Amino acid sequence: MAACRGKSLLTQQAWRFFQRNFSQTTPVAAQLTVRDALNAAIDEEIKRDPRVFLMGEEVAHYDGAYKVSKNLWKKHGDGRIIDTPITEMGFAGLAVGAAMAGLRPICEFMTFNFSMQAIDQVINSAAKTYYMSAGMVPVPIVFRGPNGSAVGVAAQHSQCFAAWYGHCPGLKVISPWSAEDCKGLLKSAIRDPNPVVFLENEVMYGQPFEMSEEAMSENFLLPIGKAKIERAGNHITLVAHSRLVGVCLDAAKELAGMGVECEVINMRTIRPMDEETIVKSVMKTNHLVTVEGGWPQFGVGAEICARIMEGPSFNYLDAPILRVTGADVPMPYAKTLEDNANPQAGNIIRSVKKSLNIK
Amino acid sequence: MLSAVRQRLLILPKSLLGSTYQANSYATEATFKTSPYKLHLLETGPSTEVTMTRDEGLQYYRQMQVIRRMETVAGNLYKAKAIRGFCHLYSGQEAVCTGMEAAITKEDAVITAYRAHGWTYVRGVSVHGVLAELTGRATGCTQGKGGSMHMYAKNFYGGNGIVGAQVPLGAGIAFALKYQKKNNVCLALYGDGAANQGQLFEAFNMSQLWKLPVIYICENNGYGMGTSAERASANTAYYKRGDYIPGIWVDGMDVLAVREATRFAKDYVLKNGPILIETATYRYSGHSMSDPGTSYRTREEIESVRGKRDPIFNLKEKLLSSGFSTEQDLKNIESDVRKEVDEASEKAKTDPELPLEELYNHIIVDPPSDMRVRGCDVTISAPTKG
Repeated sequence: MAACRGKSLLTQQAWRFFQRNFSQTTPVAAQLTVRDALNAAIDEEIKRDPRVFLMGEEVAHYDGAYKVSKNLWKKHGDGRIIDTPITEMGFAGLAVGAAMAGLRPICEFMTFNFSMQAIDQVINSAAKTYYMSAGMVPVPIVFRGPNGSAVGVAAQHSQCFAAWYGHCPGLKVISPWSAEDCKGLLKSAIRDPNPVVFLENEVMYGQPFEMSEEAMSENFLLPIGKAKIERAGNHITLVAHSRLVGVCLDAAKELAGMGVECEVINMRTIRPMDEETIVKSVMKTNHLVTVEGGWPQFGVGAEICARIMEGPSFNYLDAPILRVTGADVPMPYAKTLEDNANPQAGNIIRSVKKSLNIK
Repeated sequence: MLSAVRQRLLILPKSLLGSTYQANSYATEATFKTSPYKLHLLETGPSTEVTMTRDEGLQYYRQMQVIRRMETVAGNLYKAKAIRGFCHLYSGQEAVCTGMEAAITKEDAVITAYRAHGWTYVRGVSVHGVLAELTGRATGCTQGKGGSMHMYAKNFYGGNGIVGAQVPLGAGIAFALKYQKKNNVCLALYGDGAANQGQLFEAFNMSQLWKLPVIYICENNGYGMGTSAERASANTAYYKRGDYIPGIWVDGMDVLAVREATRFAKDYVLKNGPILIETATYRYSGHSMSDPGTSYRTREEIESVRGKRDPIFNLKEKLLSSGFSTEQDLKNIESDVRKEVDEASEKAKTDPELPLEELYNHIIVDPPSDMRVRGCDVTISAPTKG
């Protein structure tokens, strides 16, 4: 019944009625926003495992700065949903210590921009301790919050940290797109015995997606480290993560009108990267464009390029791999400038045409 | 110093005194006066009248001698190039870990910074486990993956190399203890250098808000690397730096004062939330092996502490004056300790290193069976185990 969360009682009753009467004939595809999917994942995992708790700024009384934790404090109380002072390095370190001592913290950064205050605790304390202790001290923790460029908030509040965290061994890094991704992967992240960085996207929270009955279930998990082919195609592969998956699908639709069939891969996980799915697709399409919101230098696309160069699909390429990325500038405030700092469908279409040599 | 001694005839176990033991008449328990404490936001502090049994006294003496000798040997191994990288010695500070460990149980937790050898030993790792870690051998307590700064044991969370970062971690361990409704505490240690890190104050704030069972301990050895406390801290009364958190200043060269302050603190934090202890101590060595330790302080200063405040000498006097042992008994302990540490050192020099495939293990817990880790070039794609 996760779909009903936050709705009125009347709506909930209507939903139950609808489910009871019709779900046996046709599988109900519910609509769920990314926000509600994340909320359901946290809610279900807190219910399932007494070691799991949510900690961060404004997660309890305020219902979350982006309302991801709406109603969770009322449901689970002070012991499980814990407001912290504005003190990222302190509470990130505290959460890591709690994980070392046997708990399963979900540490929310109000946005990942603020995780820079705490990056030492993420990298040096969370990611490395299991290795340094030769397996004696695991650190099962999830760091989560909105990541990527937001809208109209300028340079300090608008950037992608996938490449930053994806660089470091010992971490798992997830960058989901859809509501299904968010629910299945966040639940898997919370159950994972490792430190996981879970990069949500602020702009996507309100976006609704179709959810299968399976995805609505409390037992729905998605495997970390596996990409998903969102659209099959033969002419060119587009690899993206987070919000840009949707932009790729938009571009693919437009390109289909020109007779170009794109294969769109939703990476879902940045580390460990599902290289196999990308390689197989490149062997089929012989063309590759990577798409991400982060900066170009040493980015996710750069890593994919390197892997293809070194891997078995290089000789299948009929054209150089091209990257679509955020512009190599700090994010500007003014709308026209900001629009041109973020990759749009037009950037993808232009790159696809260049790769396929379409005038 | 000695206020009461109870005596009884004892046959000493051979294990305590080595090969030349004989039946003798020793005191079994005595009361001692500790160095005075200074208090912050506390009306009453730890007792200055403390009792120590003969067994306890000899145990503390032995532990401190082991640490002193182990660090001397580590220094020699370093000079012989058998130890690599960083190596921070604990000599001079032995009474802190010995006294604190005596006041807690193995179910209590400890986390410290990079000067971790002494703590690793009192938490239960053998001398060989410490020295073999320093020489990077598979028999080291973390199999040679952590080295000097990253040693662990049950309820000992390291060994942490980033100055100050272990303090919020310690608050988190205390958070877990409270969450799990355990009646235990976490000791979170840092030096006078780390005492100015912002994240300490973040941890202080949250632990006080949430009444976490954490004892913050500032091991004030006078210098953060080469910067004296006075040159680094606007307020060098570290026991007051928790502001709203009560504090105790204790002579860190008096093992009984340290033990009593820790007992008091454990009892306090389980009832009230955090407390802060400043232990006034001293490191005889430089900051690390590359530091001769003489450019920012004088040789006279070091010799003066050795002569007047040495924690082992301090305890030795108590053991002798209370009738717990003779000079010869203590010499026997010293020679036993020397033998144990030297044997461990020999083994640490010759034990094997981990096999190369271990390079790729312990990166993540339960890795998928098909996971491969890239080595330094494209021809290396290694399997990994958790």
